[in-house]
Formats: sequence, structure tokens, C-alpha cells
Amino acid sequence: MSSVMQWLSETEWSIALHESQYAYAILESVHVWALCLFVGFAVLLDLRLLGIVFRDVPVTHMIRRVLPWTKIGFAVMVLSGILLFYAIPFRTYHNVFFRAKAILLVLAGLNAFVFHNRTFRTVDAWDAVVPSPRSARMAGIASLVLWTLIVFSGRMIAYNWFDCGKRQPALISAIAGCTPEMIDPYSQ
Amino acid sequence: MMLLPLFERLEASAIGEAVRGSLWLFPVVEAFHLMGLAVIGGAILVVDFRLLGLTLRAHPVARLARDMQPWVVGSLVLMVLSGIPLFLSEAIKCYYSFAFWTKMTALIGAVIFTFTLRRVVAGAPDGRFAPAWNRAVAVTSIGLWATVGWGGRWIGFSG
Repeated sequence: MSSVMQWLSETEWSIALHESQYAYAILESVHVWALCLFVGFAVLLDLRLLGIVFRDVPVTHMIRRVLPWTKIGFAVMVLSGILLFYAIPFRTYHNVFFRAKAILLVLAGLNAFVFHNRTFRTVDAWDAVVPSPRSARMAGIASLVLWTLIVFSGRMIAYNWFDCGKRQPALISAIAGCTPEMIDPYSQ
Repeated sequence: MMLLPLFERLEASAIGEAVRGSLWLFPVVEAFHLMGLAVIGGAILVVDFRLLGLTLRAHPVARLARDMQPWVVGSLVLMVLSGIPLFLSEAIKCYYSFAFWTKMTALIGAVIFTFTLRRVVAGAPDGRFAPAWNRAVAVTSIGLWATVGWGGRWIGFSG
């Protein structure tokens, strides 16, 4: 996989994105703005489940009226995110913060999946109840925590503190998937 | 222009020095700034979308706006509190940054607009204002806050 990332980083478009004066900046800006829509509305959904905002609005209304916008925001984030990754594939792939973010994204997806396919199936019984039942509240809290951590780890990707080749504990290099060639023996 | 000496003094402040001297303070503070951005984004956009008739149309906008008020205020406070150390760490760069001045101007405009005209329109009973007014307010709100966001992001790319 590492060599695939290396190959990707040498493709024409990857280099173009990486070296362009404006393309990367615009991509990153789009990613952050879509964050306002996606995370912002997702937070509202979670807060409704916790019974903190929009208590008059039935949960099904929130899901039907607000969730579609989060999906649009999410699509923009995924697209811009893929392009951001593609601009610097090798370094990002070996970045501990990116790896943490990827795992957290999977967990957030799982949380949403479990909520929609199990808890939400009983929504008619608790649509207008404030706050929602425990399992729905748990999903809301998990979502808030996970997305906060995702935003946090996403921001940290830009920093090279734990890049392969740095003098650091072997565990961190292992998490980053550093290959022996990447670890500078003279800096350890 | 008397501002440059002021900005030089601000950059030399204890907080500015602390953030500059630390490897992790800037990113951590900025992460809080980013989380505040996500919350204010949602809180502002949901009411603007409602004014545009894009979401939650069955619910009075005034009710939604009232629910969002503490979150707009709270996230704004968070963003200002986190923004100040970020600014102090690179005040001179901000001084010479077109993006920074654009952001601050737009921020003042956005805050004034949000807590005056928009508050009246979004707080009114449904039907009190013609849809065109609701839409104009929503578009202005989105435009002003988007400019703040644009400026904020591009400070990072300048200098």
C-alpha cells in the first residue's frame, strides 16, 4: 500500500495539485466550509436527540429535513478530502493523525449505521419525546465526541511532528507504518 | 498610521510569545477555533436555511432562532477567545494581510447584522415579513459570515 501511495504521489495530477498556488488552498477552504454545514447540522441533530435544542421538532422531522443537508455537506467533504489526500498521498498515508482520523471516521460511520438501523426503527414510539431514549442519546453523545475528535485530528494532519524519519519512539513509527527506508538510522 | 506600533506591541505580548514559543499551542487553540466554527456554522445556517424555506418549514422560524441564540453567542465567544491568542502570535502578519482586514470588517458587519436586522426578521412571527425580505436577510447573513470564513482561512495562506 505504501508503494501505491508513492506511485500516486508521482502522478501528474497529484503533483499539479500539490504545487498549484491556489488549487490546494481552495480545496482546503472548501473542506473547512463544508465542515460548517456538515458538522454544524450534525451537531444540531445530536443536540435534538439529547433534548437540548428544537424540542418541539419531532425527531423524524429533523431527520427528514436536516439530514439531507448533512449528506450534501458530507459528500463535499469526502470529495474535497479525497482530493486533499491525493495531493499529498504518501505523506498523508503515513501520518499518525490521518490514521487516527480514518479510524474515527469508521467509528462515526458505525455509530450512525447502528442508530439508523436499530434505534431509529422504533422512533414512532419516541418521536416527540424529549429527550430521546437512552440508546438515541448515547448515539448523539458518541457522534458529538467522535466528530470533535475528527475535526481535531484533521487539523493536526498538517503538522509534521510525528513524520517518519523523525527521532521518535518506535511505537509511533509503527503506528505511522514507517518502512525501514523511511526511518533515518542516523537520527534515532 | 498609528496601528503598526500597536500591532507590534500586541505581537510582543506574553500570550503572543507563549503561543509562538510553543510547538503545540497554536494548533490546539486553532482546533478549538475550528470546533467553534462548526457550531456557529450550524446555528447560523439552520436559521438562514429556514428563512430561505430550505428546511424545517413546518416550524416557526422565531422558535428555531430562539433555540439557536445561545449557541450563536456561545460559539462566537469561543471563537473570539481562541482567535485572540492566534492573532497575538502573528499580529504583524495580520497587520499586512488583506485577508485579515477583510475578515475583521466582515466580522463586525456580520455580528451587527445578526444581532439587529436579522434578529428582528428571524424573530418575527411567520408571515410578518414577505418571503423576499426573509430571503434577502438570509443571503446577506450567509454572505457576511462566508466572508468572515473566507478571510479567516486565507490569513493562513498569506504572509
